[in-house]
Amino acid sequence: MIEFSNVTKAYTNKDREVHALCGVDLVIEDGEFAFLVGHSGSGKSTIIKLITGELKPTEGSVHVNGYSLDRIRKREIPFLRRTIGVVYQDFRLIKNMTVYENVAFAMRVIGAREEEIAERVPYVLSLVGLEGKSDSKPDEISGGEQQRVAVARALVNNPSMIIADEPTGNLDQDLAVDIMSLLEEINNLGTTILVVTHAKDLVERFKKRVIVLDKGLVVSDGMEG
Amino acid sequence: MKVNNFGYLVKEGFRGIFSHGLPSFAAVCVTVACLLIVGSFSVLMYNVGIMVEELNKTNEILVYIDAELPDADARSVGTQINRIENVQNSVFVSREEALEAFVAEHQGDSAFSGVEATDLRHRYVVTLMDNTKMAETVVDIEEISGVANISAAYELAEGFSTIQSVVRIASIAVIVALLFVSLLIISNTVKMAMSDRKDEIGIMKMVGATNGFISFPYLVEGFVLGIFSAAVAFGLQWLLYDLLVARLAAVDTLQLFSFVPFTRLLTPMIITFTAAGLFVGIVGSLNSVRKFMDV
Repeated sequence: MIEFSNVTKAYTNKDREVHALCGVDLVIEDGEFAFLVGHSGSGKSTIIKLITGELKPTEGSVHVNGYSLDRIRKREIPFLRRTIGVVYQDFRLIKNMTVYENVAFAMRVIGAREEEIAERVPYVLSLVGLEGKSDSKPDEISGGEQQRVAVARALVNNPSMIIADEPTGNLDQDLAVDIMSLLEEINNLGTTILVVTHAKDLVERFKKRVIVLDKGLVVSDGMEG
Repeated sequence: MKVNNFGYLVKEGFRGIFSHGLPSFAAVCVTVACLLIVGSFSVLMYNVGIMVEELNKTNEILVYIDAELPDADARSVGTQINRIENVQNSVFVSREEALEAFVAEHQGDSAFSGVEATDLRHRYVVTLMDNTKMAETVVDIEEISGVANISAAYELAEGFSTIQSVVRIASIAVIVALLFVSLLIISNTVKMAMSDRKDEIGIMKMVGATNGFISFPYLVEGFVLGIFSAAVAFGLQWLLYDLLVARLAAVDTLQLFSFVPFTRLLTPMIITFTAAGLFVGIVGSLNSVRKFMDV
């Protein structure tokens, strides 16, 4: 669950204070699927960084999966991140690792045993439709497949929430729909999904909750269509 | 970091060395160069220490025995001299032996042709363990009954001690300065290698890696590179030292400087190189990795 209460985030830029968020109130319940939309500079990235613990709010409180982000200690942040899977526009795969190793890597980080990894990784790769691609390197597969690897990596530790930051930004229309459908399937299994996107057509097509940000404020929040 | 990860992280440390071959090679070259300079100063310090100690040993005290003392009593004074704490040994030189040495030294000098053994005194040639305590030891020897007077070169003893202290302080200062410089160079080399892996570290953090998990492979890498560099530098140092000693031995005018064989320096050199290699490798790596640890 994500809960923002009257959250303000200010940055200092050349002795000038810039407010990225101005008193945002927002709740995303467990199991929800929501789109976060807005122009560049509207505060979308700041919200993502606040959720993943990269930033702390200047004012207000942020609660994510049982952690209070305004009071969180540095050493707790890795454990918060293990409850969240993150998918980025640029995939962020490790180039010299195979598809299997890229996904297994996320399990190794949390200290999983090799037997668990050997059992879980092929299962997750089959969920995202990448059976038979285990031994390929990222530059040997398509952009859509690379994004599926990123989704598999986000999913492999069974997080309660996946945040996808412009996941279809580097993909053509068909692949973008594929990835969104995949995220929808994962949501149907009970995982909370928050997708940050510019793609209006996808937002209209999938008819989910849409949170619109503008100049650091939530200007609209409701179901599409 | 969990126990499950240990083998994986060690493997990752080794993988890092080979997958970033060029920065690893650069780090090894820089470390070897610095360790060679540190090692050269260490062997110099060690050799100068040995040379000064040897020279110091030749700085003996002459203890003259009362001319009235019967020969048997004169010979027993040595037992009392040897009981003094700082005395390493004392050798009795009879007045006859002293005359022989005197004649041999002044052969052909007619001015000394009439010197008789009875003109000289029995004496002891005393070697001290610590020449810095020469004055106190002389006072102790003077208290022994039968001792007439003592000839001791205090200034020479002090001079040797000063030389030894100066060489020691100067070498330690150079070694510490060089280790510090090596550390900075290694830190920068590893930092360059790590910027290469900035994205990888970002991904690790994103999936919930702890700082311990992220830094452990770099620690392994620093450890391995440090030990490897130390081994290479040690081998080169041995080779260069033997070459230098052979060259010096061939030059007649440099016979005064007697360098000990490298085999005699093995233990201190192994300790010096291992400690310096590990220090530079591990501290250098950790210093670099710290920068990438911010949340």
